[in-house]
Amino acid sequence: MSVRYQNPDALGYYGKFGGAFIPEMLYPNVHELQQQYLQIIQSEKFKNEFNLLLKDYVGRPTPLYYAQRLSNEFNTNIFLKREDLCHTGAHKINNTIGQILLAIALGKKKIIAETGAGQHGVATATVCALNGLDCIVFMGEKDMERQAPNVARMKMLGATVLPAKSGSKTLKDATNEAIRYWINHPDDTHYIIGSVVGPHPYPDMVARFQSVISEEIRWQLKEKTGKENPSHVIACVGGGSNAAGAFYHFLEESGVELIAVEAAGQGVESGFSAATTALGTTGILHGSKSLLMQTPDGQVTEPHSISAGLDYPGIGPMHAHLFESGRARFLSATDDEALKAAFQLAQLEGIIPALESAHALYVLNNLKFKKDDSIVICLSGRGDKDLSAYMQAMEK
Amino acid sequence: MKRFDKLFNAKKSHVLNMYCTAGYPQLNSTMQVMKALQANGADIIELGIPYSDPLADGPVIQQSGSIALANGMTIQKLFVQLKNFRKEINVPVILMGYLNPVLQYGFEKFCADASANGIDGLILPDMPEHEFEKEYGTIMENYHLDFIFLVTPETSEERIKKLDSLSSGFLYAVSSSSTTGSDKNMDEVSNYLQRLKSYQLKNPILAGFGIKDKETFDAVCRYANGGIIGSAYIKALEGETDINAATESFLKPIISTNK
Repeated sequence: MSVRYQNPDALGYYGKFGGAFIPEMLYPNVHELQQQYLQIIQSEKFKNEFNLLLKDYVGRPTPLYYAQRLSNEFNTNIFLKREDLCHTGAHKINNTIGQILLAIALGKKKIIAETGAGQHGVATATVCALNGLDCIVFMGEKDMERQAPNVARMKMLGATVLPAKSGSKTLKDATNEAIRYWINHPDDTHYIIGSVVGPHPYPDMVARFQSVISEEIRWQLKEKTGKENPSHVIACVGGGSNAAGAFYHFLEESGVELIAVEAAGQGVESGFSAATTALGTTGILHGSKSLLMQTPDGQVTEPHSISAGLDYPGIGPMHAHLFESGRARFLSATDDEALKAAFQLAQLEGIIPALESAHALYVLNNLKFKKDDSIVICLSGRGDKDLSAYMQAMEK
Repeated sequence: MKRFDKLFNAKKSHVLNMYCTAGYPQLNSTMQVMKALQANGADIIELGIPYSDPLADGPVIQQSGSIALANGMTIQKLFVQLKNFRKEINVPVILMGYLNPVLQYGFEKFCADASANGIDGLILPDMPEHEFEKEYGTIMENYHLDFIFLVTPETSEERIKKLDSLSSGFLYAVSSSSTTGSDKNMDEVSNYLQRLKSYQLKNPILAGFGIKDKETFDAVCRYANGGIIGSAYIKALEGETDINAATESFLKPIISTNK
């Protein structure tokens, strides 16, 4: 079977999306990664270390949980992939474990990262503490306010958190600042990008590290139901790393319906949205060509979502390709809909989801399922960090 | 003859390339700034197209871009401002910007409009060389536009020679791996420029990033054909109402003994 969706070509393209659009100052670092990443991450030594840490430190495999009461509600079979039970509370650590082992193999001494909700920042600060490497996390000033507990966690783990004060003061700007820092400190620094975005080889590298999610889903579902594949896999998409991981091993299985859920903010047409495939056009941001929310003049638009982790004006090039080719279906959920889904899950299943994951949960309302379908939803993170948003919602 | 060839035939050293941001400090000050730069001794003008996410730029140029965008600057408006600029400006003028706004405008249309208005070349720091070779280089050539690649102290000799062979007009030597406007160790910069000179490249070399006054300009001119000043000049224009006077007092000390 030919691989059409899973991996990019030698220059990092998924169809017409991807590539490495970087200034020359970043060339040595990015080129080094391009040359070495596959060789390093496919070595036995790397795989052993990576798998051991995923097992003993992250707590993998994470359960594939059959959500009985939620299934009853929608008259079908719904399984939750419990990435919220990973150490640090979200899937982000799968990638940071992989990348820090890679950084060590490359001889790097310092780690930088960007973060939106703070989950990737915490996951990066965690693996830096674990390996004794210096860590600087760039975070939008606005996100530092709305995700204060994660800022405190990063600091307690020994990381320096630097506010990004330019532009919309959110994830996009934190990413700009991280890239600028990397330009200015190229020698001993590795940049751990948190999503399937950025110049080649980042989208592919991050997707490979996250692909453990679908690898587990596959055997867990078989164990539970005897079925080879789920009928649907549903995941939220900001940059798209948990979706890339949840889709990965089903990308070439045309019978599996893949559903990506974007943040519609206050409504797709409201002017306060982060629904990139609905609102975006082809453009270049953070080193790759993808779909991008922008003005007709090519200025990147400031997105909006209640969920800091989805508050990003682009999506990874793999997802842009899945969208354009029709391989995945892209839906969206608004701020209010995500809140509603979060409360529903909390009260039906006793699980408080992250606001990001709540977007994926909401679209159950918009889809028609058969009684014997097996639907897997990637519950990418837990909701502790979003308590203040949930408290505000309860006061309304 | 191309304007760059004419310039570098006549002047081999202390070539001064001045960067300014289109639409900064005011939306309609672009021509005024360019005229002031030419009148006060700039040999080349590098006109920056403002962008929301300028990755290679430090805080000063970022800020000037944000102000220009808030002023309402767009590529469409820039080409309106540049209509007939060749009646007043004789020095080579290049446009510097990021690929995304240019792609949204339409790459070929952009080249056609730039060329028709008398622009000499382009700098797009996030243009990958294989994209240039595959697609964009030919389009620029068809419109007689030079394209200038950047090299840094970390760029390998082999790659420097390749980027030099793809460039025309001049080669942009970034003084150290950094964003624009940060301070540099000038001894290291000299070593690097000396190394570049020893490669006997086909293009003249202009050094940029961290050149801010006479001392730093003269230092890079020992080995390079000239230098590029951006952030320091943008800072000098901040809050100034008399652009010509601000430009004159900025440039006078830099070019004083070079002629």
